[in-house]
Amino acid sequence: MHIAIASGKGGTGKTTVAVALARVMGSCVLVDCDVEAPNAHLFLNPDVQNTQDAYVMIPEVDDGKCTGCGECSRVCQFNALAVLGKSVLVFNELCHGCGGCVLACEPKAITEGGRLIGTMQWGKAGNLDFYDAKLRIGEPMSPPLIKALKRQAECLEAKNTILDCPPGTTCPMVEAVGGADYCILVTEPTPFGLHDLNMAYQAVQQMDIPAGVILNRAGMGDDCIQEYCKANGIPILLEIPHSREIAEGYAAGKDILSSMPSLEDGFKKVINTISEGLNNG
Amino acid sequence: MLICISSQGPDLDSQVDPRFGRAAQFIIVDTETGEAKAVDNNQNLQAAQGAGIQAGMTVANTGAKALLTGHCGPKAYVTLNKAGIEVYTGCNGTVAQAIEDFKAGKLQKAAGADVEGHW
Amino acid sequence: MAETGKAKTITIISGKGGTGKTSVTAAFASLAAPVVVADCDVDAANLHLLLSPEVEKSVDFYAMPIARINQDLCVGCGLCNDLCRYDAIVIQDDNYSVDPLACEACLVCKEHCPEQAIYTVERQAGYWFLSQARTGPMVHASLGIAQENSGKLVTEVRKAAADVAEEEKLDLVLVDGPPGIGCAVMASLTGADLVIAVTEATQSGLKDLIRVNDLCNHFKIPIHIIVNKCDLNPEVTQTVRKWAQEAKAPIIGEIPYDTDFTKAMIEAKTIVEYKSSRIGDELKNIWNTVLETMKSIA
Repeated sequence: MHIAIASGKGGTGKTTVAVALARVMGSCVLVDCDVEAPNAHLFLNPDVQNTQDAYVMIPEVDDGKCTGCGECSRVCQFNALAVLGKSVLVFNELCHGCGGCVLACEPKAITEGGRLIGTMQWGKAGNLDFYDAKLRIGEPMSPPLIKALKRQAECLEAKNTILDCPPGTTCPMVEAVGGADYCILVTEPTPFGLHDLNMAYQAVQQMDIPAGVILNRAGMGDDCIQEYCKANGIPILLEIPHSREIAEGYAAGKDILSSMPSLEDGFKKVINTISEGLNNG
Repeated sequence: MLICISSQGPDLDSQVDPRFGRAAQFIIVDTETGEAKAVDNNQNLQAAQGAGIQAGMTVANTGAKALLTGHCGPKAYVTLNKAGIEVYTGCNGTVAQAIEDFKAGKLQKAAGADVEGHW
Repeated sequence: MAETGKAKTITIISGKGGTGKTSVTAAFASLAAPVVVADCDVDAANLHLLLSPEVEKSVDFYAMPIARINQDLCVGCGLCNDLCRYDAIVIQDDNYSVDPLACEACLVCKEHCPEQAIYTVERQAGYWFLSQARTGPMVHASLGIAQENSGKLVTEVRKAAADVAEEEKLDLVLVDGPPGIGCAVMASLTGADLVIAVTEATQSGLKDLIRVNDLCNHFKIPIHIIVNKCDLNPEVTQTVRKWAQEAKAPIIGEIPYDTDFTKAMIEAKTIVEYKSSRIGDELKNIWNTVLETMKSIA
């Protein structure tokens, strides 16, 4: 069972929920897919056993072999290559690594090198298998790193997996949530929370992934989330009360089950509800 | 010598287009004969990225040795520089006026990009 | 286009989401009005919920055209699937199709399809709007669900904001940026004269602030810091202060944890419009500091 934890709006409590669910599941895999701002490790203090750099392919041109035919530049949809006379300028940061230029080069002057996009690491946090990655500063494209990380984590495919996803509803979120069996959308009872929940819910619907809501900071704002979920037939799996105690614990890097142990049953129920729902098709 | 001016229209009376990569047109002028022709830059207007790079190649292919424009970003500058084209930024008014200013040596050659690139 | 008199841009980002970026931007907009405001968090645009802009102009936004397979011409040779590096070719019962969510629009498949069965389709991926808010002109956007290319849309929003500033002779643009440090954030930072990072006094907030600071250093843009929820954990706040001093990133304000932000949001007001409160006063002080700083930025 692969469960993605997502939200449109940032800071609603995705990581809090992901860590708590992983804790109550016991032996499982937690993948922090928020490679731009990964934070799950702060709450788990994993014993990191491996690190590995991740690359995307970029073209390297042998000027000696280049005939200046311009085919590479013509096929590149990202305008990453400029052919000037018999040499080629490559703008690495525009390259999406599709390999089109290599295929197009008749004199075989183009080979592929790598552009470092970030670093992955993994290890154990208690009985959890933990994975995360950091996007290199100045690297615009996070989806290839998320993809590489998920691929790395799937060495343990048979296990239950929790994916802590990046905020938003565009490519990084789609890459992270893609392939999950179920998506939990974490939100808060505010106009911002509602607006972004609506966006995120439409995104997971488009991806054909069943979804439910965890309402964080319940009681802080109004009843807009309950009304929205009722109107759209979305289950609210759990309500986490608004509490300064939880916020203070979070600030110090304490996970929510340590701040409020009474929530453990609630998180267990979430897991049961989801797995029963999936088993009954 | 052939020079290129980024232009909002097809002739010498058109206004200089302050943008380079997404300029409407390029006017190529032979400074000796005064002969001028327009080169389209349409395919570049909607480019998601790298418009300056493509425009740089377009200008290089015309044989122009100097570019007169409003602003030039870093990737376009690198491309033009590699092609051996001198870049003059800060031009405005009509294309004809920019050519006169160039001939009179009134324009300052750019040593690099004068605006930020973007993603 | 004269460079002198060009509007200055302040971009507000955070690294971590949910730190109060948008609430702070909206408060600044109230204090600076009339000012141009650009919501560059196009993934999860929220600023309009506080500033209630009236749309005056709407412009279509197109993402790159993606590949589609003509079923009548496809012979199922599988070459597209072999060449695609994004796992975007879906094979179901020997039928080949393109997953629009996975397609990167590289068109390698189209270039090499021996049957020329692959064509491209335009994608209208969203809109951007030029509006009037009670704080002045506002540029914002709505990106379709699960779309890509938000960096390009951010760039369009930012440019439209600069244009309207010039037209209306306003000298300041406030940009509300997205969380993270990737493509859309970089597009929001381009051309900024000052970055204000709104962080929160939590371990996560600090970790992400450090990454945002690294990014600003990478682009050589000065960064100032606002610490939200500064009273949650004095120890963490102290750590943030110490780090900021070492990183030479000045803290220009600290805001205590307060649900007034939420209450103001529910009434669709900025915190300085909501009622007179200590955080409203604090934000006024912060804004004065920002104005002083902007004077020193040539």
